[in-house]
Amino acid sequence: MTTQSNMTHGIDFSALEREQRYLNLETEEIALEVQSLDLYYGDKRALTNINMTIPKRRVTAYIGPSGCGKSTLLRCFNRMNDLVDGVRIEGSILLDGQDIYGRGVNVAQLRRRVGMVFQKPNPFPKSIYENVAYGLRIQGVNSRRILDEVVEQALRGAALWDEVKDRLEDNALGLSGGQQQRLVIARAIAIEPEVLLLDEPASALDPISTLKIEELIYELKARYTIVIVTHNMQQAARVSDYTAFMYLGELIEFGDTDAMFTNPRQKQTEDYITGRYG
Amino acid sequence: MSSKFSSWVRSGEPWIWINAGAVSLSIIAVLGLLLLIAVRGLGHFWPHAVLEVKYHETPDRVVQVIGEVHDQEEVTGERLRAAGVAVPAEVVNTSRYLVKVGNRETYGSDFRWLAEPLMEGSSYPAAVMVLERREWGNFFGYLKSVQEGNTTVAEGEAAWDALQERIQRARDIYRQIRDIETGEIGTVNYAMERLRLKQRRLELDGKFTPAAGEELAAKRQQLEESYGKLQVQLSALYDQVRRDHLTATIADGSEVTIEVAQVVRAYRPNALHLGEKLSFYAVKLWEFVSEEPREANTEGGIFPAIFGTVMMVFLMSLMVTPFGVVAAVYLREYAKQGPLTRLIRIAVNNLAGVPSIVYGVFGLGFFVYLLGGNIDRLFFPEALPAPTFGTPGILWASLTLAILTVPVVIVATEEGLSRIPRSIREGSLALGATKAETLWRTVLPMASPAMMTGIILAIARAAGEVAPLMLVGVVKLAPSLPLDGNAPFLHLERKFMHLGFHIYDVGFQSPNVEAARPLVYATSLLLVFVIVVLNLAAITIRNRLREKYRALEH
Repeated sequence: MTTQSNMTHGIDFSALEREQRYLNLETEEIALEVQSLDLYYGDKRALTNINMTIPKRRVTAYIGPSGCGKSTLLRCFNRMNDLVDGVRIEGSILLDGQDIYGRGVNVAQLRRRVGMVFQKPNPFPKSIYENVAYGLRIQGVNSRRILDEVVEQALRGAALWDEVKDRLEDNALGLSGGQQQRLVIARAIAIEPEVLLLDEPASALDPISTLKIEELIYELKARYTIVIVTHNMQQAARVSDYTAFMYLGELIEFGDTDAMFTNPRQKQTEDYITGRYG
Repeated sequence: MSSKFSSWVRSGEPWIWINAGAVSLSIIAVLGLLLLIAVRGLGHFWPHAVLEVKYHETPDRVVQVIGEVHDQEEVTGERLRAAGVAVPAEVVNTSRYLVKVGNRETYGSDFRWLAEPLMEGSSYPAAVMVLERREWGNFFGYLKSVQEGNTTVAEGEAAWDALQERIQRARDIYRQIRDIETGEIGTVNYAMERLRLKQRRLELDGKFTPAAGEELAAKRQQLEESYGKLQVQLSALYDQVRRDHLTATIADGSEVTIEVAQVVRAYRPNALHLGEKLSFYAVKLWEFVSEEPREANTEGGIFPAIFGTVMMVFLMSLMVTPFGVVAAVYLREYAKQGPLTRLIRIAVNNLAGVPSIVYGVFGLGFFVYLLGGNIDRLFFPEALPAPTFGTPGILWASLTLAILTVPVVIVATEEGLSRIPRSIREGSLALGATKAETLWRTVLPMASPAMMTGIILAIARAAGEVAPLMLVGVVKLAPSLPLDGNAPFLHLERKFMHLGFHIYDVGFQSPNVEAARPLVYATSLLLVFVIVVLNLAAITIRNRLREKYRALEH
């Protein structure tokens, strides 16, 4: 709220700095656009009037206390909430200008464009190779040559290739938790989605695995739009370009990450990131 | 003291003892049961020693008895006297023996009771011979000579070796005869029947032309010729097999002549040493599991019953698995959960409690008469009025048992489906798979161990079921197996034999109850064994699947 901290010798450098350091949402290409979205679980309203845009090929992080609706919102982007009984959604989400909640939208098709990685690694009880090839096999690709190539690329993309290249036919459940999570990311990027949703991808992992995942996110953002939910503020600060703070189902603040962490515009945001609640 | 007791109770130790006791009791019960049927059943094949004894039937009538002692029981003298046995008045308690005397054509029955006080001078002569025959049961006596045609070829001790040789020869020829009768003549008869049906079909369709008639007649002519050739071959073989006879004396000293062709096996049990007895035992046991029954199922083997049981269980599994799995998938994955699905679940569970004979009645009424009758009218009109599918058969028996066991498979599969972690489904859906693709590629394979559990329970139930089968396809003696060399090889309309029904039939419907009793035990043991093998096979498959689709464990 205040620019006091950025003033040195009475001169305000903040405008200059912001131009250099801070990203500007207005100039970004838009991947997803959320328009006055409300979500109800039965009678209970879980999301209230969310309006925001998610920029292309950037990392957007959602932070906020437990139960604030950040995961729920994330699961709206690939219509995962359709699976939950009694969910009702109002408003719209545009992916490349098309409403994903519109009539006649093929949900399976949508989910190929918007990939998702979950909190707990959930590899299928199949071989490492078959896990990565799963999405392609669903699409009817069975050529061994294409599959080999895609599997290798995806595993390299997820920085897992060197660790598993000699045991692709082993059961994926034999991998460590961190490896499993990277495998799941490889599985998601094997079908070349436009957007990758990560729902607390490192919360079940040890610090070293977490670091690897974070490095991976940094590399992946060159090619994918990444939306990540995390309850770890340091992580959000480290990996994301933009951060959205949510509280009690509402979007409180959304903007450049560095700006938000150094200079929150809202009192609630400041309270949260300084650890006064959450 | 009481506080000590109450602290002992509170420590939970009594519970451990009660639980362990219950488990031990169950194990003892199962082992005891198996031991009982094993001892009673397997003892049957051991060569019993043959007793020769003088028996005082009445004070002035003494007979010589030769036979195997099968049982002994304590009995009071009074009871024996009341039954008309001439036991002296001073005998209070004594025992009596059940002796298998064989020679049914002479004595009328295989067994007789001998009272201990009336027996005199028991001995186990080495020369006494037992013949196992194709008809009339066992023969007990002394070999005298062997004849070829009308000339005696061997006498005395030499006769024994000559007899063994000739029995082997007769058995070889007999096997040839049987191969021709059931194999080649069976095939010719089958082809003839098909020709007849083909002609009838053409007539029914109004397409019977003289040309077709000639063609059929030519084929029939061909078959008749090959049948004629086989008949000539057969009668030659029959002449050959009837060449040899043997003469033997029975207990009362009279001489009898027996065709060697009638003899399956000749042995002198009292002269056998242990090694020979063991090999005799092995041969008999193998005969029991590999041969067809003889003499109203009381002799020979029970191979057709084993085959029928296994095949019926296989067919039942093939039918119940898709049906039960599809139903469970719908109930668990697609149906909207609510009062209706709850009601259906309750109904399914109750279905498992319906007495099995009710399923038999249902199978007879619905499958055999309604479904089978209509199939006959639609597809096999040429065979009518003789039914093809409109009569009990292995297909209907398997279907009836499939219906009987489907609740088990549904419940087990639903259980398995509900245990697949939600994260796995979401993972698949998030990759752009539809619900059906997710089910097919991920959820169902992961639930397959649970399905196998259902199938294991279904097999255990179906293989032991007898009552419904009696209505829908089991018979005492099936002329041919449901799987044979005549196209289309699998004859689902045929009736079949079943171990469970075999036990019932041999135990209750047999003309020779005493002889059949050990067979009841032996067959029971085999039925248990078959079920254990089937279950072990299914459990092995399940464990492999489990290893393969080990669920996420965190």
